[in-house]
Amino acid sequence: MALKIVKGSIDRMFDKNLQDLVRGIRNHKEDEAKYISTCIDEIKQELKQDNIAVKANAVCKLTYLQMLGYDVSWAAFNIVEVMSSSKFTYKRIGYLAASQCFHEGTDVIMLTTNQIRKDLSSPNQYDTGVALTGLSCFVTPDLARDLANDIMTLMSHTKPYIRKKAVLIMYKVFLKYPESLRPAFPRLKEKLEDPDPGTDAESHLHKCNIAKVSKQRDYASMQESLRRCDFFAVKYLGLLAMSKILKTHPKSVQSHKDLILQCLDDKDESIRLRALDLLYGMVSKKNLMEIVKKLMLHVDKAEGTTYRDELLTKIIDICSQSNFQYITNFEWYISILVELTRLEGTRHGHLIASQMLDVAIRVKAIRGFAVAQMATLLDNAHLLTGNTQRNGICEVLYAAAWICGEFSEHLEDPMQTLEAMLRPKVATLPGHIQAVYVQNAAKLFATVLQKHEGETESQAAQETSQLLIDRLPLFVQSANLEVQERASCILQLVKYIQKLQQKNVEVAEEVTALFAGELNPVAPKAQKKVPIPEGLDLDAWINEPPSESESEDEKPKAVFAKEEPKHSRSRHTEVDEKELARRREVRKQEQANNPFYIKASPSSQKVYDAPGVEHIPVVQIDLSVPLKVPGMPMSDQYLKLEEERRQKEKAERKKEKKKKREKRGKERKADSGPESEEDIAPAHQVDIVTEEMPENALPSDDDDKDPNDPHKALDIDLDKPLADSEKLPVRTHRPELLKSPAEDRDSESVPQETKKKSGKEKKEKKKDKEKDRKRSKEEKKKKKKHKVEEELLESQPEEAVQSEETKEAAAPPTSTSAEQEVCVLMCVCLQEVTAPSSAAAAVDTSSATAPESEPDEPKDTEPEDTKSSKHKKKKQKKEKEEKEKKKKKRHHHHHQHHGDAGGEDSVQNGTVEEEEPLPPMSNYSLLAENSYIKMVYDIQGNHQDESKVVVSVIFENKSDSFLKSMEFNVLDSLNSKLQRPEGAGAHDSLTVPFQLPPGVSNEARFVFSVQSIVMPQKLKGTLTFIVKSDESSTHEKLDFKLHFTCTSYLITTPCYSDAYAKLLESGDLKGSSLRLEGINMPFHHLLARICFHHHFSVVERIDSCASMYSRSIQGHHVCLLVKTSDQTVSIDAKCDEPSLLGNVLDEIKQTFSKC
Amino acid sequence: MIKAILIFNNHGKPRLSKFYEHYTEDTEQQIIRETFHLVSKRDENICNFLEGGLLIGGSDNKLIYRHYATLYFVFCVDSSESELGILDLIQVLVETLDKCFENVCELDLIFHVDKVHNILAEMVMGGMVLETNMSEIITQVEAQGKMEKSEAGITGAPARAVSAVKNMNLPEMPKNINIGDISIKVPNLPSFK
Repeated sequence: MALKIVKGSIDRMFDKNLQDLVRGIRNHKEDEAKYISTCIDEIKQELKQDNIAVKANAVCKLTYLQMLGYDVSWAAFNIVEVMSSSKFTYKRIGYLAASQCFHEGTDVIMLTTNQIRKDLSSPNQYDTGVALTGLSCFVTPDLARDLANDIMTLMSHTKPYIRKKAVLIMYKVFLKYPESLRPAFPRLKEKLEDPDPGTDAESHLHKCNIAKVSKQRDYASMQESLRRCDFFAVKYLGLLAMSKILKTHPKSVQSHKDLILQCLDDKDESIRLRALDLLYGMVSKKNLMEIVKKLMLHVDKAEGTTYRDELLTKIIDICSQSNFQYITNFEWYISILVELTRLEGTRHGHLIASQMLDVAIRVKAIRGFAVAQMATLLDNAHLLTGNTQRNGICEVLYAAAWICGEFSEHLEDPMQTLEAMLRPKVATLPGHIQAVYVQNAAKLFATVLQKHEGETESQAAQETSQLLIDRLPLFVQSANLEVQERASCILQLVKYIQKLQQKNVEVAEEVTALFAGELNPVAPKAQKKVPIPEGLDLDAWINEPPSESESEDEKPKAVFAKEEPKHSRSRHTEVDEKELARRREVRKQEQANNPFYIKASPSSQKVYDAPGVEHIPVVQIDLSVPLKVPGMPMSDQYLKLEEERRQKEKAERKKEKKKKREKRGKERKADSGPESEEDIAPAHQVDIVTEEMPENALPSDDDDKDPNDPHKALDIDLDKPLADSEKLPVRTHRPELLKSPAEDRDSESVPQETKKKSGKEKKEKKKDKEKDRKRSKEEKKKKKKHKVEEELLESQPEEAVQSEETKEAAAPPTSTSAEQEVCVLMCVCLQEVTAPSSAAAAVDTSSATAPESEPDEPKDTEPEDTKSSKHKKKKQKKEKEEKEKKKKKRHHHHHQHHGDAGGEDSVQNGTVEEEEPLPPMSNYSLLAENSYIKMVYDIQGNHQDESKVVVSVIFENKSDSFLKSMEFNVLDSLNSKLQRPEGAGAHDSLTVPFQLPPGVSNEARFVFSVQSIVMPQKLKGTLTFIVKSDESSTHEKLDFKLHFTCTSYLITTPCYSDAYAKLLESGDLKGSSLRLEGINMPFHHLLARICFHHHFSVVERIDSCASMYSRSIQGHHVCLLVKTSDQTVSIDAKCDEPSLLGNVLDEIKQTFSKC
Repeated sequence: MIKAILIFNNHGKPRLSKFYEHYTEDTEQQIIRETFHLVSKRDENICNFLEGGLLIGGSDNKLIYRHYATLYFVFCVDSSESELGILDLIQVLVETLDKCFENVCELDLIFHVDKVHNILAEMVMGGMVLETNMSEIITQVEAQGKMEKSEAGITGAPARAVSAVKNMNLPEMPKNINIGDISIKVPNLPSFK
């Protein structure tokens, strides 16, 4: 056998391996493709063999060929085969090949799920590692979903090598399957504190918005490095860092303007581009002109169109940013734009054009100037279009023609411009520009007519008509549809007008009317922001969909319902039609009254094609020198003018100030400092027309969110409690034996969840009803409560009726769900009892979801707790012995779930037979209160941990403001300490994990560790919070004293009567007693109070005598014998710790002295 | 995130390509070509960062590269990666290769691209930086190499012997494209049987 293997491998060693393949390819330089195709044939043969080693070798070669650009997806199945080899060597080859060529579209990828799972749980860490590495490259949503749980398990692998890989791959899993983020989050957070430095995952988690890593950038040192940037990388990084600083501290970067401008001269394009980025953020009103001037110089110098185009877009970006915020002189800006048209071969003609249009439309004051400039531009159009290479720039003619036409009233010599627009050369321009030319020629024509109207000798007007009639036929022949259509239409119009002119009819007014109307800019988002009118449901059907009615017909019940829907439908449409007509009318009126509404007029047309530039051969006037359009004012002049103006203004201001100072005396120091932003007034009063928005436009922040952001899926609220449906899918087909307790719980909790939901709904209904009847008679309320109680009894026969048989019959699984039912019903009862107190209601709602409600709070163990206690109880149930005990246990459990389930608790507590209701009780006592906030608290012990108690605090916002950033802090004593998260100092405060809108309350839990529990304690503490109202936010503080009573260390623990008897007989307990006088409440109320407030349970009750039991968190037994006769209650108590007992008795005494 | 790691020589011949996002084979080749053109035209004494090519995401991505002798090591990363960090990572990669191949040269990368992939897998996983400590990387790579050897066992011995013979000429092979007569004999080896 062994010989055979050796022989096989000897055969194999002469197969071509990867090195041979590489060598072969290098030796066949001339016919590489042919050689490789023969190699691929060989590989195909090898893949057909059974020997896995041969296959692996073939796959290895394929991986190499893939790198050379050959498609190897046909071998995907063989790759999977090699991946599933048991040998690490081959497995690694397989996974490498898979990572190189598998992707979401690979169909065999789903075959790998089980193999990967097997490898992930392999005892060999390198098998696992290789699988993780491979998976990280080709993980698909399906794989992520199926394997998320396996990877989660690996995060606590014994080997750090695996742990770090598992943590890293979780990020990929989250991206593919975002639902896994929330369930995995706690584990992930834990792993971030992994002592092994290998987990370098933090930077990636940063992207998940998990850790807000605040990066402290040392500004000063960075600045230094930029100054002495001998090292090119530092320069680059310095600029990069500056752009980040700029976002937070714009002022500090602005002072380095010169330095950054210098970087524009750098020979490294990367650095120049970074510097440009920076400039965008650091312009101000003051330096805009200067910066742009520098940039213009660079535009002239720049070599290579890419960089020059980049410069051009940056100049325009810089100037137009935030609604032309920084432009003080729009004449200057227009001339800059005109200068930019000189750029040879730029692709951004349309950008300049749209800027021209934008400025001309929105800045009314500039129109005259703009029109003059545009007219010159049109006049010199041949310079722009002369070179075919400059075709991109001819887009500006589009803008120029439109501006001249639209605002032709500002033109000095419309006749000349009209002539320029109708030159034969125009026919060489792209179609969409010609179309604008024709249309605007008509507008100009109208203006000329109007100008010469009333002149006796209307020679000019007639000449114009003739000009149009002469020139337009050229456009009528245009191949472009738009041009042709417009030209022929206008030509006929002009001919008609000419006829009228010859008859001396005044036509100007009518012609002008063709182009009447004002144009307003509309914000691009305007349509989106139109608020939906009240009562309009966009998702509702206008007419009922036909398919639905069909399906309705199929239903047997439809026979009865047939008549009705038809009727209602017809009525519906009637209403709709009326309503629609009415609305239409209203809308029309509204539009008519709204001066800003754009009425349909030809001038408002805006045909703006993509810059599809046609290449038309043109007779060229080639200019090697940069174009200088005659008569064009250079932007530099504006710069000078502006400077002079500012100087002047400054001087004037100084004068004024001096005067003032003379009057006021030496109040202020001289203003030698740099002038501030506000000091610079715009050159002329410019009215920037803001973009139109619909009335009542809704402000929305989500406009800026990039819908393509791959991380958007991870925008998940991690603080929300985990719903069962969100738990990671766990394979359930495993044998029972392997089932972990966690899985067990999982499967169990699903029905509970649904139950709970229905319960909540019920509760809400009740709540509503309850509100309605809030002021109805007390009796009614009581009745209702009884009714609910009855309901409770009915649904829970084994619970309420103490018959042995029903108890026996109750099987554990049904009882769990039944239990849930009880919880729900109790909630309902509670709602009835304690509704007036909003705090209690809040507790209720929060406790309804209690098992999952506090994943982030220190009290993480709580849900575990209740669950385990439930388990315990289940066990006890099986014993099926002491039903009464059991029930008490259930109460206890319930008590943990519902903070103040007291009222109902005590009713149940062995006193069901007595119908007399108990007054509402709550263990929550006032902690502190001021005008903003009220805090009530309750302290509960914990079975599991003998040194910890949980303080549940309900915060209620009493103000009309928003309360946020609440921080809870307590001054620790030697004995009791607030548990703070790891790494926090002993005096650090804990952040309350929620904010409070007005009138809302919420509960937070804090864990305290205590050493000795025999004495009551008081801890001083403070709550600080920020009150945020519309106008202001103030910092507030509230001091409180937490009172740890000895009672709070007791836990309701059931005790069987025989065990109780044994305990008393043992003689380890020391006795004490207490007498209470003047108690005039029913005995069961008294017991209920002790049970509820002091965490006792009734062991046995005979008439007016009862034995009670409780246990402290540290295991002290406390036994009470309560007797009553004639308003006197005597309590004999025994405990193994006398001081504890004394304190408990004192507290019991206090409880009853209050009532 | 690292989008791609490319190693090519002064002529743009790919020596290793690792894409952490899926592209078709054709696009991959185009990206390699485009990246080569972007990188190769840059002077030696300007910075090692530039904006990515159009094919691999344009200016949202950065190319961070280093040029060693005949090879360019180019990392294409998105905006979340630190430039200096990646520059350092390239250095670690090259030093690790140098340790693992003992004076690494282009030929090592040509003939053992699978090994380079394995080393890289210990440093970068799915586009995320996994390990930057060189000794840790080498430890893991060597441990896996040992496993491979032990798996091959006795059956691997003859194969190893043959491959040793085949590779014997390797160091003597000229670095340029013209290969002497020795290497012509090598592909003849299989005809022994």
